[in-house]
Amino acid sequence: MSFDYESKISDCVKQVPPSAIRRFFDLASEMKGRVISLSIGEPDFVTPWDIREAGIDSLVDGYTHYSPNSGYSKSKEAIAEYIKRRYGMTYSSDGEILITVGGSEGLDLAARALINPGDEVIIVEPCFVAYKATVMFAHGVPVTVSTKPENSYKLMPEELEDAITDKTKYIILGYPSNPTGAVMTLEDLAKIKDVLLKHPDIIVISDELYSELNYIDGKPVSLAQFSEIADRVVVINGFSKAFAMTGFRIGYLLGPKELIAPMNKIHQYCIMCSPSMAQYAIIEAALNGDAHVEEMRQEYNRRRRVILKGLEDAGLECFEPFGAFYAFPSIKSTGLTSQEFCERFLMEKGVAIVPGNAFGDCGEGFVRISYAASMENIQEAMRRLAEFTGELKAGKD
Amino acid sequence: MIDDIELLNVLENNARLSSAELAVMLGSTEAEVEAEIAKLKEDKIILGHSTIINWEKIMPYNCIGMIEVRITPIKNKGYDQIANILSKYDKVTACYLMSGGFDLMIIYEDKTLRDIANFVNEKIATQEGVLSTTTHFILKKYKANGIVFESPDDDDRQAVVL
Repeated sequence: MSFDYESKISDCVKQVPPSAIRRFFDLASEMKGRVISLSIGEPDFVTPWDIREAGIDSLVDGYTHYSPNSGYSKSKEAIAEYIKRRYGMTYSSDGEILITVGGSEGLDLAARALINPGDEVIIVEPCFVAYKATVMFAHGVPVTVSTKPENSYKLMPEELEDAITDKTKYIILGYPSNPTGAVMTLEDLAKIKDVLLKHPDIIVISDELYSELNYIDGKPVSLAQFSEIADRVVVINGFSKAFAMTGFRIGYLLGPKELIAPMNKIHQYCIMCSPSMAQYAIIEAALNGDAHVEEMRQEYNRRRRVILKGLEDAGLECFEPFGAFYAFPSIKSTGLTSQEFCERFLMEKGVAIVPGNAFGDCGEGFVRISYAASMENIQEAMRRLAEFTGELKAGKD
Repeated sequence: MIDDIELLNVLENNARLSSAELAVMLGSTEAEVEAEIAKLKEDKIILGHSTIINWEKIMPYNCIGMIEVRITPIKNKGYDQIANILSKYDKVTACYLMSGGFDLMIIYEDKTLRDIANFVNEKIATQEGVLSTTTHFILKKYKANGIVFESPDDDDRQAVVL
């Protein structure tokens, strides 16, 4: 008799469904190298050389040991300076900053540090796939709010209000948004703050990984800029997206000591510390990296405009996204499901994009197009998209 | 409104983009882009468009010399007169006035070492005011015009990243 593995796996892990787009994922992986990929949620730029060199120098100098659990002081101080410079916010490297292994670890730490079984966490969909999963792994109950294209996928204060119950422990906000590219401005966030002031027990985990990639004015904003609620906001940020450092795996949490300490407790037992080499590299990024970020932001912005024009030419409706590096057009006019659209576009035209339902049920009827790809590839992909939608339309008529 | 610097940066990277493509990228109109480029040309800010070519791949015997020239400046004309004369030769691809131990840096391209040596002997050394020359030959190009010549361009990212 064979061993019954299935019965040994935790129910909590089993209840998290596998990704809705597993099949598409396999198909795209199989065809990689032969197709144009606008399906990748990480920068195509290589990490700027001076940042890489700072990491290399640390290896040459032999700094290859554990760091303090929350990170090297000088790395945290560099983050504090960066946050002060770019967001005007003050966080102390002594207890208010925790360096994590990417932004993803921050999501996990928040969930495990805050959730008691049965606590509700409000998740604003469509969103990054880890929000729901990390809550479920921590025995929390995700309560989803579906944002709408007609509101440019911003969270409306009344939508938040409707989702709050006496079991709500915290809210995860992810703006600028993966997958929609939506941005919430300070004025938009002020309305969310007003709702929160009516509910003084609710914490916010604000995932601001993409905040530097803002095409309104290039000025990043943070929910924690509202001093009335900053004592219950934990910001998740990191170097992956803005500085093109995904493989370095460095994120950080900013928040009141009382919330950072329990998260650090989990981090200390489960992770120990973030990679030392990467912690040295981010010092250079935080202190001297602004020009690199601006250069990449401008290039993303040009690609963004090319994508929007391409969608218009292909007859696909899309609200104008002002952040991250994604567009999230509707494909409902084609009569196909998200999955069908993406599979056929991949097979017939050799371009990979991601079905919107990967990011929540309300993403059905939409697709995520990433512009973390070269301008040439984007232009060619958009040409093929117009061809594809033209053929679909001709086939239907 | 077009940001000149951004327009120039984009063109410097890819001079083959059409006005229509540039207009989309810069959030502008074709007419505006064309007017702006015309103005930049008139102001001699855009001087021309060239293609970056790895000549070694197609003409392996192309030879490039970097020639340091020490000169006595001419009264009232400084270094300009000699620099202007040397710049007139088609095969001189660049000519710079330098600080430091010599005065002009001439970059000269021709078929063979002998051709470059002849140019130095016959055209530079004979100029009035030229005190001495030192010629260096380029052995291999790793990077030019901001482009790294043999860099890997494979995309190591996963096919789908959510």
